[in-house]
Amino acid sequence: MHEWALADSVIASAIDYSKKEKLKKISQVNIVFGELQNIDKEIFMFAIDELIKTANKVISSSKFKISDEPAKFKCKVCETDFTLNQVKKSEDEAEYIHFIPEMAHTYLKCPKCKSPDFDLIAGRGVSIKSIKGVK
Amino acid sequence: MTIDPRTSVIKKRFSNIKRVIAVTGWKGGIGKSVTASVLSLILSKKGKTCGLLDLDFTGASDHIILGAKDVFPEEKNGIVPPEINGIKFMSISFFSDGKAVPLRGNNITDAIIEMLAITRWGKLDYLIIDMPPGINDTALDVVRLIDKTEILALTIPSIIAKDVLDRSLELYKRLKVPIIGVIINNLLHSKGIGAKSIPYDDKLEASLGRPDKLLKTKFSRSLEKIISELFLSV
Ligand SMILES: Nc1ncnc2c1ncn2[C@@H]1O[C@H](COP(=O)(O)OP(=O)(O)OP(=O)(O)O)[C@@H](O)[C@H]1O
Ligand SMILES: [Mg+2]
Ligand SMILES: [Zn+2]
Repeated sequence: MHEWALADSVIASAIDYSKKEKLKKISQVNIVFGELQNIDKEIFMFAIDELIKTANKVISSSKFKISDEPAKFKCKVCETDFTLNQVKKSEDEAEYIHFIPEMAHTYLKCPKCKSPDFDLIAGRGVSIKSIKGVK
Repeated sequence: MTIDPRTSVIKKRFSNIKRVIAVTGWKGGIGKSVTASVLSLILSKKGKTCGLLDLDFTGASDHIILGAKDVFPEEKNGIVPPEINGIKFMSISFFSDGKAVPLRGNNITDAIIEMLAITRWGKLDYLIIDMPPGINDTALDVVRLIDKTEILALTIPSIIAKDVLDRSLELYKRLKVPIIGVIINNLLHSKGIGAKSIPYDDKLEASLGRPDKLLKTKFSRSLEKIISELFLSV
């Protein structure tokens, strides 16, 4: 249920944006879920539905669209590109990465040279791609 | 456009925390972690609601000092820190399973933001933050993300430490971060040197991991006296 905190952050952030852009109404928030954090969509959307009931009215009739972004890594040592299904992790490790995606550097290794010194190029966690609204 | 939604919620997470004190020092191994941990124990003993956040991700050690075993944050609309001796405690050690956490600067920033965004402290009189040594990504992030941050600085009686201390205090002044005070941890002698100093305590090592014993050390008694003068209105 820690998805709740992330849903909370998406709503707070969209409201901040609407103030900055002087929107009267937010009509759509386009959210990206990075594969690495493995967010539960159903719990996340349930939290969104609950949270907007008590949030600023500017967001109360907004749609929320979620798209997925695959995780991509590049090793800093041997420059190999790799994906999440090329590396192994236990259930517990996946859970820790779910809380703090940077724990990937503790549990995942470059499939070629075994280094934990890699860059996460795409697909980390929750981000907002765009927000539509009426001025 | 890409917006990182997490930073917007951090203010809310800190809205019910009265004071945020970052225990900082500009050299490694000078007692920041024992000071942050024992300070939290003292505050909690005095009936204050207190949280302790270990932000030294690559060298987390407060869980060892407090003897935090067999506890884990509860998942409840975010994550709720477990209580150890009345202190709400959060650390990367909960997620690292005793393994090394090799993070570069930008990863550290990301992990800090994530932790601040999902941790639900609730109402606190004090949140104590144990900082890694130096003014680095963590220090700049804490100052940037938590506007209530105040600095409690630790140093040792050495001219090398004094030089970095002066420069660093100057920098915090420029960043407009309030400095509560400077404590001298006198690692060299078992006597105090001046009002705000902690003597070397040869019983400290054997008390690590045991909060009740830690509170009875000479270290703890000196620290209590210092913080009473510095900021604790008793
Ligand atoms: N006044 C003291 N008397 C005796 N031992 C002390 C005293 N202060 C610190 N120590 C010991 O020194 C060691 C280093 O302390 P600590 O880990 O708190 O330093 P630190 O500044 O947090 O280090 P780092 O920079 O690695 O985070 C610990 O074993 C601690 O118990
Ligand atoms: Mg330390
Ligand atoms: Zn490699």
